[in-house]
Amino acid sequence: MDVKSMKNYLYWLYCQFELITCSYLMEPWEKLLFYTFNIAMLVTVLYAAYIFVPGHISMAFQFFFHLFGNQHENTVSIVK
Amino acid sequence: INHIVHNGGLYKRPFNEAFEETPMLVAVLTYVGYGVLTLFGYLRDFMRQWKIEKCQNATEREEQKDFVPLYQDFENFYNRNLYMRIRDSWNRPICSVPGAKVDMMERVSHDYNWTFTYTGRVIKDIINMGSYNYLGFAQNAGTCQEAADKVLSQYGAGVCSTRQEMGNLDKHEELEKLVARFLGVESAMAYGMGFATNSMNIPALVGKGCLILSDELNHASLVLGARLSGATIRIFKHNNMQSLEKLLKDAIVHGQPRTRRPWKKILILVEGIYSMEGSIVRLPEVIALKKKYKSYLYLDEAHSIGALGPSGRGVVEYFGLSPEDVDVMMGTFTKSFGAAGGYIGGKKELIDYLRTSSHSAVYATSLSPPVVEQIITSMKCIMGEDGTTVGKARVQQLAENTRYFRRRLKEMGFIIYGNEDSPVVPLMLYMPAKIGAFGREMLKRNIGVVVVGFPATPIVESRARFCLSAAHTKEMLDTALKEINEVGDLLQLKYSRHRLVPLLDRPFDETTYEETED
Repeated sequence: MDVKSMKNYLYWLYCQFELITCSYLMEPWEKLLFYTFNIAMLVTVLYAAYIFVPGHISMAFQFFFHLFGNQHENTVSIVK
Repeated sequence: INHIVHNGGLYKRPFNEAFEETPMLVAVLTYVGYGVLTLFGYLRDFMRQWKIEKCQNATEREEQKDFVPLYQDFENFYNRNLYMRIRDSWNRPICSVPGAKVDMMERVSHDYNWTFTYTGRVIKDIINMGSYNYLGFAQNAGTCQEAADKVLSQYGAGVCSTRQEMGNLDKHEELEKLVARFLGVESAMAYGMGFATNSMNIPALVGKGCLILSDELNHASLVLGARLSGATIRIFKHNNMQSLEKLLKDAIVHGQPRTRRPWKKILILVEGIYSMEGSIVRLPEVIALKKKYKSYLYLDEAHSIGALGPSGRGVVEYFGLSPEDVDVMMGTFTKSFGAAGGYIGGKKELIDYLRTSSHSAVYATSLSPPVVEQIITSMKCIMGEDGTTVGKARVQQLAENTRYFRRRLKEMGFIIYGNEDSPVVPLMLYMPAKIGAFGREMLKRNIGVVVVGFPATPIVESRARFCLSAAHTKEMLDTALKEINEVGDLLQLKYSRHRLVPLLDRPFDETTYEETED
């Protein structure tokens, strides 16, 4: 019955979210508006993260590599 | 953990009072919740203004739109957008005597609390944790009821006059002698309404050229009376004796603001038990200060008379002090005596003066005879003069209930404010959605509680207030505690980190006003 207790736990977590953000008190159309806005923001942030974060990490990696490992590249070019 | 104050031997028993600090995360989330609700409030107001939504609250008429706006301040905004959403937790109609258990009429709302309809069903035997029924005298059967019945047939229900004209019954004289004997003062006077006792008698005692030092969290009746009197009002921090002493010193040294003349009278207004915090006044220290600086003390024992002290005589007996030290002892009959009205007790000259010059005595109708008989019977019961030990048993039962309930709630992990011995137990909720949720969930489980929100408390410190009663048996308390535990787990209300902030006794300096220390 792990699925059932997991579902109960998730439902309880959802209830806590409702209580903290006061969507427990809102009428259904207000809830719809609030959740749509929240989910839209979340999706936008995740999508932006998906697009930009790998590029940013590789640029950061190159920057630090350039900073610490520049001699290595130079020796390679001289040998060539 | 609990600080024991040994202020030169003023306290004969430990004074355990604690106000745990709000956890940071909870405070932040409370503000988030209020922020979201405020945004939606603006949205709804916008929609109401542009007629997208039907406007169900009070607005000005079309012709008045160019006048000073009536409903634009924060209180009305809060009322329309936040209070309306959780309004079903208040003004619940009850249909039986509010004793330990009460019946309630069930009501539903189909348009989100703007209107209510009754389903016709009556919810029976709800455990009543909200009535100020400290000694359990809110009964519709028993000696008090029989005595009141007899008096009702003899005197009728109405008095139809003021005390000074034709409304002074022999019952009133009997009651006043009894009250004076109960409190241990020379003389007392009884009035028809507890609120009016404060608001109409403080103007008779002080006037312009006098100074009133009033506690931060005093009741609206005291504040109204102080304002009506025309005296200068200065506020000291709640139950903070260093703040009070500083104000007294400044008043004596500097006198009145412009003319530097000495104040005609300095009156200190305090309450016995503060009902929103559950704290008890530090009476020994207040009396010591009053004697040192030669000022007068007005003690409002609305909640503490009957509820504190080994024989129920109030906060003066609780601390083992003499009633002669308090100049004006005021109290109400509404809470522990199960009746209505208020009294003022003190020296004979003072009460004789109030009989002639108090607004209540001259203009207000006096107490109704059956109510007077209820007070007389219940007071005799508490004093033990009716020949039984019922009164003493009730006082002891209340003290036991208080200690048990508070200990159990603290062990469960809730944040409870106030003194260990006060029968008023505020449980902190903080978040606005939890106010409504707590009230509804407890009603589903057949327990009636009072939840308190913004205008009565600071906006982030909303709470649920339990009032214990001698009529609650241990089984009722156990049931209630079990349900509170369940609801606490369901709503995540167990914020306490068991770090009770110890009350500090260090000398007061300019930079520190708080009693807490990081």
